[in-house]
Amino acid sequence: MTHPGLVICEYCDSVYRRSALGDDEIARCGRCRAVLYRASRLDLDHLLALTLAAAIVFVIANVAPVIRIAVSGMHNEANLLQSIAALSHGSGLVVGLVAAATLFVVPLLQIVLLGWVLVFARARRRAPGFAFAMRWLHRIRPWSMTEVFLLGVLVAIVKLSGMLSVIAGPGTYATLILTGLITLIAKRDVRTLWDRLPADETVEFGE
Amino acid sequence: MTSAPRAAQLGLVGCHTCGLVSAVGQAQCPRCGARLHPRKPDSLARSWAFLVAALILYIPSNVLPVMYTSMLGRGETSTIVHGVVEFWKSGAWDIALLIFIASVAVPSTKFLVLATLLVSARRQSSWARLQRARLYRFIELIGYWSMLDVVVVALVCALVQFHLLGTAEPRAGIVFFGLVVVLTMFAAMSFDPRLIWDGDEE
Ligand SMILES: [Zn+2]
Repeated sequence: MTHPGLVICEYCDSVYRRSALGDDEIARCGRCRAVLYRASRLDLDHLLALTLAAAIVFVIANVAPVIRIAVSGMHNEANLLQSIAALSHGSGLVVGLVAAATLFVVPLLQIVLLGWVLVFARARRRAPGFAFAMRWLHRIRPWSMTEVFLLGVLVAIVKLSGMLSVIAGPGTYATLILTGLITLIAKRDVRTLWDRLPADETVEFGE
Repeated sequence: MTSAPRAAQLGLVGCHTCGLVSAVGQAQCPRCGARLHPRKPDSLARSWAFLVAALILYIPSNVLPVMYTSMLGRGETSTIVHGVVEFWKSGAWDIALLIFIASVAVPSTKFLVLATLLVSARRQSSWARLQRARLYRFIELIGYWSMLDVVVVALVCALVQFHLLGTAEPRAGIVFFGLVVVLTMFAAMSFDPRLIWDGDEE
């Protein structure tokens, strides 16, 4: 027995009846004031366009150097992946893996899974593996840390500028845009897709 | 206060993953297949375990150096606090403050808040429920910014590679610190904020 007309606050277990929201309105829990759900302004086409843009910017942000430094006629530059590799040096392997997961793997998965789901959602269909993709999008959301990397770049620039000449590379600007795009597409609640897309007759999970 | 009924009273359970409301008694959500449970299993015990582990690792993460740098033959190791002091001395007080908040204030706040939440939830205390609920959402929001120092060490180590002129390498402190951040995130995720409100409906 399911109740699609109801919503339960995930922070305090209060039960409410769903009601339609106007633009920019947010439904909050009366008991604990947590957000229950919000009106989604973006339609599926916009969301997909932003996801594709994020995919392109993601590649640039990972390949292009984020910082260039120069000293005594020598110069050097590093991108995100090189930074993760430098951290993984020797005993740093464990923290290198954490950085690789939160700065590279999770944002990549967010873009790929969301893109996959949205391509089919435009045709008002649930993608193959829809439940799997939606479960993982929800699960990895807290581990996406692109904005922390952006702040780290800023701090590193200030830290190194004392003794070297430092400039921000194109990777920094790409990370800035990527942070904005990921916030727009993946930090918002994509769970509304469950309600917006009708289920197929075929059940996707066993048992 | 509010009179909204709680799911347990109505025999309902909400899916963590997709949000669907269904009747208590099913093992899986009928819509998305995720496991259903009225409360996160062993919430308090798990959260305590992650929190204590994080607290233990927090000591070496602050005592041990996070980075070794050598510039023009002069090699030195630096700890997290040392890094904050260096920025402060060089006049970059804003960056010093930023690192202090991310590396010291945020983890300490998480330790204190989570311990308070865990103790009061066990006692089913009705004290300051709304404030405790807000505190939980606050630490959920700020927790991952602690990873800042890890990013800075990674960037500096990747950039300063001039062999004879200067090099930078990560040291054990940053490994412990990264683990502290991950463990405190697990501790916060294991805590079930609905426990704060148990007993509120009477
Ligand atoms: Zn609530």
